[in-house]
Amino acid sequence: MAETPAEATRVELLRRMERIRRFETRVGELFADNELPGFVHLYLGTEGVAAGTCEPLSEDDYITSTHRGHGHCIAKGLEFKPMVAELYGKETGYCGGKGGSMHIADVTQGMLGANGITASSTPIGGGAALASQIRGNDNVAVSYLGDGATAQGPYHEALHLAATWELPQIYVIENNHYGEMTNTEVQHPVTDLVKQADAYDLPGVIVNGQDVEEVREATVEAIERARNGGGPTVIEAKTYRYEGHYEGDPQWYKDDEDLPAWRTADPVENYRDELLDDGVLTEDEYGEITDEIDANLEEAVAFGRDSPYPDPEAAYEGVYAEEI
Amino acid sequence: MATTLTPQTTGETEEISVTEALQQAMHEEMGRDEDVFLQGIDVADRGGSFSVSEGLLDEFGPERVRDTPISEAAIVGTGLGAAAAGMRPIVEIMYSDFMGIAFDQIMNNVGLMRYMFGGKLDLPLTIRTVDGGGFSAAAQHSKTLHSLAMHLPGIRVVCVSTPYDAKGLLKSSIRHDDPVFFFEHANVFNRKGEVPVEEYTVPIGEAAVVREGSDVTVVATQAMLYEAFDAAEELAGEIDVEIISPRTLDPLDIDTIADSVDKTGRAVVVDEPTLSASAQSEMVAQINEEAFWRLDAPIKRLGVDNVPIPFSPPLEQEVIPDADDIVAEVRTLF
Ligand SMILES: Cc1ncc(C[n+]2csc(CCOP(=O)(O)OP(=O)(O)O)c2C)c(N)n1
Ligand SMILES: [Mg+2]
Repeated sequence: MAETPAEATRVELLRRMERIRRFETRVGELFADNELPGFVHLYLGTEGVAAGTCEPLSEDDYITSTHRGHGHCIAKGLEFKPMVAELYGKETGYCGGKGGSMHIADVTQGMLGANGITASSTPIGGGAALASQIRGNDNVAVSYLGDGATAQGPYHEALHLAATWELPQIYVIENNHYGEMTNTEVQHPVTDLVKQADAYDLPGVIVNGQDVEEVREATVEAIERARNGGGPTVIEAKTYRYEGHYEGDPQWYKDDEDLPAWRTADPVENYRDELLDDGVLTEDEYGEITDEIDANLEEAVAFGRDSPYPDPEAAYEGVYAEEI
Repeated sequence: MATTLTPQTTGETEEISVTEALQQAMHEEMGRDEDVFLQGIDVADRGGSFSVSEGLLDEFGPERVRDTPISEAAIVGTGLGAAAAGMRPIVEIMYSDFMGIAFDQIMNNVGLMRYMFGGKLDLPLTIRTVDGGGFSAAAQHSKTLHSLAMHLPGIRVVCVSTPYDAKGLLKSSIRHDDPVFFFEHANVFNRKGEVPVEEYTVPIGEAAVVREGSDVTVVATQAMLYEAFDAAEELAGEIDVEIISPRTLDPLDIDTIADSVDKTGRAVVVDEPTLSASAQSEMVAQINEEAFWRLDAPIKRLGVDNVPIPFSPPLEQEVIPDADDIVAEVRTLF
């Protein structure tokens, strides 16, 4: 059984999940109101995975993300204001409006980018881990990918290389049961995708992604292994996607009845109840946490809305370090 | 003088969208030839991300309409292998941006196998994909990449704008015994137009003069064809624009384009790829070779000025050419 983390850690895990939950809920509303250009893939239902894997990381550790990246950004410590501004395509966004939802990045916080090409960021995480290995520092890289993305060749190449070179990298497969509109069963020969780790003689762990403490515990072990030269770990989090693939997806294909209740259980509400029951938090303290998040969020929405668009000429800047 | 994109046909026609035209082409060809099958991500149950394969699963079943894992190298590579073994596969790459994963298959196998094996092997593979920006989908979901395919010997390259061409050329592509890279465009799926009710095909390798004019030739592909029409309307009375839709980019029907430039003495090529080593560059080079002595002005190119496609709407509008850009570019020639 999982060892219960310190009270402050438990509160922090809840706080990060609440931040993701509230941010994504608000983004869904803004998108429905046609305030945001493009499209968004929301992280609702999966909060336990990002929070549980990022909480034990330091600012110097790296993560690489996916097209469904808002949760990873928030869990790694990125701020609401420049995130929301980026979703609006504004000059004040993390990427100055160049990237949008699928490309939010802040390298100063070890966030090497959301990525719109499935599994494409996994070798990038391997490269960050390689840099740590060469420099002999303690930093690890966590690379997220979806269940669907495990069918991609670049992921298997990255895994093979990371295993061979014993890179300090942790692969986190977010198995939410769907790749776009297609069930995992149609796309993979195995139910437990973590079996892929066996082929590379890597430790593979299945966790209940709706249980943030279980996710965290597996991550802490994997980080320790990576920091001690033990190489990569593959963690498969069985989790769930509340929303459609993208906002506006009619979700005609969803067949949740076939999924066990633990899998569709709400990671945020259940954990809040647990902390209240355990006396780790009082209702008042919980209210303070969520009030602060909500206030932050509304400030960020106002900031995003009111920020200027970049000057059209900015489109031609930032391609190279140096004009030649 | 032809001033619309409606083809000259004698028989009965119906108005359909480009999406419907592509659907009809695949329905007809799968009904006609049992060796034709379709595979790609979400092409079966969902009917494709842009609804192009809607209805195919119901009609032809899961053996012939196949949802694949997210594995573009395998989607294209197994399509190629099946073609080598005598099938006539259609494979879909959801966005042309995703062809990167499959590009080794494309550049080292698809275009080379017939030649390397002594010219004897038919490879009737159709690779369908979608180009185009304008939707705030950012740099990894908005590119126009048909220039990359044009660079490769052994692969035919088709780009369509109208329902008539979409249907006729997809049917020809499927029947073709060489690999065809067939580029749809996110911004033309909803365009409507007349197509014959009777069966027809459009041959690979023939451009169409879609608007006659005497002062300047504008060669425009995909969504840019519609921008060129708007530009021509704006310039009407001032400059008389002839518009050519190349339809096939490899091989390019340079004769039709050169004949037009012979008449007008001026040319602007409008396409959506980044300009460096692009489809536009190739068209300009060929026009130069075939019609140089008739030119009254340098040939101009419009495209994305060598930057990735940005997310923010004002930035994206800045980099993708439109009718205003065409009007301005044409005016510089007089
Ligand atoms: C190379 C590539 N192929 C296809 C796509 C289109 N696509 C975007 S997300 C997605 C499904 C990904 O499923 P999964 O990895 O399970 O992530 P989830 O969306 O469930 O979080 C697909 C097919 C893509 N972005 N990149
Ligand atoms: Mg998934």
